[in-house]
Amino acid sequence: MEDKLIIGGQEITSRLFLGTGKFSPNRLIKEAVRSSGVQVVTVALRRVDLEYEEENIASFVPKDCILMPNTSGARNAGEAVRIARLARAAGLGHWVKIEVVTDNRYLLPDNFETIKATEILSAEGFVVLPYMSPDLIVAKKLLEAGAAAVMPLGAPIGSNRGFKTRELVRILIDEIPLPIIVDAGIGRPSEAAEAMEAGAAAVLVNTAIATAGDPVAMARAFGLAVEAGRAAYISGFGATQVYASASSPLTGFLSD
Amino acid sequence: MSFYIERKNYEKFDFYNFFERVDDADIERVIAKDRLSELDYLTLLSPRAEGYLEAMAQKSLLLTIRHFGRVILLYTPLYLANYCVNHCVYCGFQVRNRLSRKKLSVDEVEAEAKIIAATGLKHILILTGESRKKSPVSYIKECIEVLKRYFTSISIEIYPLEEYEYAALISAGVDGLTIYQEVYNEEVYADLHPAGPKRNYRFRLEAPERACRAGIRTVNVGALLGLHDWRSEAFFTGLHANYLQNLFPEVDVSVSPPRIRPQLGGYRPDIEVSDKNLVQYMLAFRLFMPRGGITVSTRERAELRDHLVKLGATKMSAGSSTAVGGRSNGGATGQFEISDGRSVAEMAAMLYSMGYQPVYKDWQ
Repeated sequence: MEDKLIIGGQEITSRLFLGTGKFSPNRLIKEAVRSSGVQVVTVALRRVDLEYEEENIASFVPKDCILMPNTSGARNAGEAVRIARLARAAGLGHWVKIEVVTDNRYLLPDNFETIKATEILSAEGFVVLPYMSPDLIVAKKLLEAGAAAVMPLGAPIGSNRGFKTRELVRILIDEIPLPIIVDAGIGRPSEAAEAMEAGAAAVLVNTAIATAGDPVAMARAFGLAVEAGRAAYISGFGATQVYASASSPLTGFLSD
Repeated sequence: MSFYIERKNYEKFDFYNFFERVDDADIERVIAKDRLSELDYLTLLSPRAEGYLEAMAQKSLLLTIRHFGRVILLYTPLYLANYCVNHCVYCGFQVRNRLSRKKLSVDEVEAEAKIIAATGLKHILILTGESRKKSPVSYIKECIEVLKRYFTSISIEIYPLEEYEYAALISAGVDGLTIYQEVYNEEVYADLHPAGPKRNYRFRLEAPERACRAGIRTVNVGALLGLHDWRSEAFFTGLHANYLQNLFPEVDVSVSPPRIRPQLGGYRPDIEVSDKNLVQYMLAFRLFMPRGGITVSTRERAELRDHLVKLGATKMSAGSSTAVGGRSNGGATGQFEISDGRSVAEMAAMLYSMGYQPVYKDWQ
C-alpha cells in the first residue's frame, strides 16, 4: 500500500517537520535538515529579515524545502492574518502555520482566534496549518474553515514533556479527515515515535532538536523515530490481550 | 485593580525577619519546584541563598534555553532629547544639572537612524527626559514616523503617559514600553524625587498597566539598583512583572536590573550592589518567571555581560550612546557613563564565540 502524506496538493517526503526558532548558530538549521531528511520547515516571520541576508533566518533553510512561515507573536486573528499576508508578499510562499497565542506563561494557543484566522486565510488561497489545543469541536470547525491539516500540541511549547495529549489527539485522528500533525512538547525521539504509532500524520519538533547537545545528530534521530513510528502504525499492531485465556471458559458449554 | 494596591499586601512585611528564618532546606525545596510562589522567589533572594548560586545558575540555564534558545536579542537606545523638569537626585539629566540641552530634529533622528540601521539592528529603544513642553507626545510621534522606515520594533522609555496617549503612540508604530519605577519603596521614592511631575509615585507605577490596556506588546520594568535595599527592590520588581503577566497574559513582560552608574551631578549611592548580588537577582527571577525576559544594558561592563549571557539574560543593548545625537555628532554629555562600548558587530562576535545566536529582528 502506498503511504503518502499530501498537504495542499503537494506530496510531502518527510513526516518530520522542523521548527527553527532556537538554533544557534542558524547554520545548524541547514545541517539538521540534511541529516534528518526534513522537507517542511517553519520560520517565524518576526525573525525573517530580508534586508540582512547574513542574519536572515529564512536564508538558512535549503531551497528545496517547503518554507512554512508561522505567525508567532500574533495575539489575535487580525495580527495572524496581517503576518501571513506580509510573509506571502515577502515571497515566502503560500503555506502558513497559524499561531495565535494570548497566554505568555504556557504559550497555549487561542483556539477561537485561530479558527477565525484559518477561515480568512484559507479563503485567500493560503495552505493553512493551524496550531491548536486538541479539541474535537475546534478541529471540526478548522476543517470547515478550510485548514489543510490540524496541528494539536503534544504538550506546551518548549516543555519537552512528551506526548501528553495522547487521548485527545487520538480522537482527532479518528474523527477528522485531515492530516493530524503533533506540534510542540515532543522532547525525545521515542515520544515522536509514540505519536506516529498513534496515527499522527507527522510531528513538528523544534526545541528538542535545536537545544540538544548535538542538534544535527538529534535531528537525524528524530527523522528515524518518525519513520519507525509511521511504519509501525501502517503495519498494524497485533491485538493486545486484555484478558487471559481462561482455563474454565464461561462459554464452553455452548455447542455449535 | 492596580499594582499600587497589590503592593500594599507587603507594606508591613518584615523582610529582615523573613530572611532570618530561611534555611537550606527551604532553598533546596524552592530550587526543585516548577512553579514558584512570591515567597519562594523571596527565598531565593535571601542572603542565605547566596550559597546556592551555582545550583540556581544550572537550573536557570536550562530554563532559559528551553524557553528562549541560545539566543540574545540585540537592540540599541536612541536618545531623542534631554530636556527634563524632574529633580531625580541620581540622574545626569535632572533639571538642576548644567549641561547643553538638546532635542533632535526630525532630520537628525533620521541621520541617527541610518547609522544604527547600517549595523543590522531592527529593534530600537527611544528615550527622552520628562518635558511635555520640549518633547511632547506629538514630537515623539513624529520621530516614530521616521524611525518606522528603519526599524521593525520601536520601544519607548519616556515619561509616563495617559492610556489614550499610549494608544496614539502604539497606532503610530510603538510596540514596547520600558519604564523603571526606579525605587519601589514609596518613602525612599519621595526622598529621591523632591520635585517635578515624577514625584507622583502611583502615576508612574501604573504606567505599564495603562500601556498594556492600550495594547502594547512588550513591557519592561525595573528598579534602579543602588537606590535602596536591592533584595526588596528585586522582589517588588519581580512581583510587578508577575502582576502584569497575570493581568495581561498576551503581553511579553521583562525586567531590567540596572545598577546605578556615575553621572553628571556626582550622586553616589549608599548601597553597593555587587556582581554577585546582580547575578542572584537574575537567577531568582528566572526561576520565578521562566518565560520572563531579562534585559542587560551597557551599564554593565563587557566581561560581566559575557558571563550574564548564560545567567538568564535574553536581551542586550549594543553600540550604545546615552547622549542626544551621540552617534552622528558625538561629544555631548550622556545620561550616565556606559561600561561596555562594544559595537553591534563585536557583540555578535562575542555571542557566536559562546555558541549563541544574536537576534536582530524579533517582531514585524
